[in-house]
Amino acid sequence: MSLESAATLAAPVSRPNAPPKMTGENVGVFYGAKQALFDVNLKIEQFNVTSLIGPSGCGKSTFLRSLNRMNDTIDGCRVTGKINLDEDDIYDPSIDVVELRARVGMVFQKPNPFPKSIYENVAYGPKIHGIARNKADLDEIVHSSLRRAGLWNEVKDRLQEPGTGLSGGQQQRLCIARAIATKPEVLLMDEPCSALDPIATAVIEELIDELRENFTIVIVTHSMQQAARVSQKTAFFHLGKLIEEGKTEDIFTNPKNKQTQDYITGRIG
Amino acid sequence: MASLNEHIVSSYEDELTNLNKAISEMGGMVEQAITESAVALLKLDHKQAQDVRLFDKKIDEMQQRINDAAVSIIARRQPMAADLRMVVTSIQVANDLERTGDMAKQLAKRAMQIESLGLAPKFYNGVKHMKELVARQLKSAIDAYLNRDAAAAVEVCSRDDEVDAMYNSLFRELLTYMMEDPRNITQCTHLLFCTKSLERVGDHATNIAEAAYYLETGRHLGAEEQQRQPR
Repeated sequence: MSLESAATLAAPVSRPNAPPKMTGENVGVFYGAKQALFDVNLKIEQFNVTSLIGPSGCGKSTFLRSLNRMNDTIDGCRVTGKINLDEDDIYDPSIDVVELRARVGMVFQKPNPFPKSIYENVAYGPKIHGIARNKADLDEIVHSSLRRAGLWNEVKDRLQEPGTGLSGGQQQRLCIARAIATKPEVLLMDEPCSALDPIATAVIEELIDELRENFTIVIVTHSMQQAARVSQKTAFFHLGKLIEEGKTEDIFTNPKNKQTQDYITGRIG
Repeated sequence: MASLNEHIVSSYEDELTNLNKAISEMGGMVEQAITESAVALLKLDHKQAQDVRLFDKKIDEMQQRINDAAVSIIARRQPMAADLRMVVTSIQVANDLERTGDMAKQLAKRAMQIESLGLAPKFYNGVKHMKELVARQLKSAIDAYLNRDAAAAVEVCSRDDEVDAMYNSLFRELLTYMMEDPRNITQCTHLLFCTKSLERVGDHATNIAEAAYYLETGRHLGAEEQQRQPR
């Protein structure tokens, strides 16, 4: 590999001055009386992978879930501050939450395919959102989503078999295919590899790198090596606060903040 | 950056501490080799020269030990940030120290070759000064690395010009002795190679200082950085 290509390997795809895809301004999240997130200001750049890292309970998943209002489903959860998707304030009363979640898709820690066929798993979203006009359209969406998720060759001959019959890594890629079938603009991933073996993890990481050509990705991960490998931007959370954010290579070779340094080098839990 | 807490995994902490100790030890060995090789050269001491040549094997072994330890830490611990910089620079510094050890061995070899010819004091005065300057550079560079002292590292780098200037003036001086009397050519040519070896030691000292700067700041010491640093 030439020096030049090595240096540009993790370069952002977007234009340098492109506006951020999502912006969080003074975001606070409360679970009842308890405040879980304090005054977070973070820009999510378009066509980049942003990883959120930090010890358990630091608020990284809480922040991720507030980006597509997944927190709405939790009783007593309240979000303050402002989160924008492009120009739209996603907490504005006029926003249709179902439509928002079609624009900002999510992949969870544990693969959770529907107890339906592989085909139906992927077709479900486009159907309920009315994205496909006819059967041929729907077929095309299912095929291209499975192809993009790197699963097509493994399942093309058994699309009618149940999705739950696939291996863990395949199930997770099925969930990614399901998430991208609605053509979201942003893909949120909450520890997508923590239940997978190293090979399946490598396949997902490869996939993340390909997906960022078309999607903006935010990933929560406990593996710092994974954050270092897949993301262009990294944000470190601790005790509900955003401590430091910056280019991934800077965070992992030369963080500015001592707490960040202590965490990524294994000095605080 | 404020000094770091201890690692949660204490054996990892021990491994990093031991790696740093090994660099310190190897630095001491190489400084000693340079000093003794210069003594061998200036006093034409055969025994001393022989000792330096044998000692070089120990320096090589030390480099292997440091490299093995660093590779093992990378494989098992996946170091990050300051730890990563420490492990990576230890490999670089060990390499520069090993090359410096080779230069000491070269000086010892030259000493053995010219011992039968004798050496007039006027020939070796300049070489002696250069050796002192270079040994000081080497010591300062190793200290800057071990003390994580970026400002001291910058100073070492900025002083390399002095070493180069001294090399150039010694080159001219030795040339005049050769022109003066062709019988001086053999000794002076040997000494010319010695000054070249010393000049290379100065370059390795600069490399070590650059590694020290990177270790402490996470930035590379380019011309820009040198200007930014207060002297």
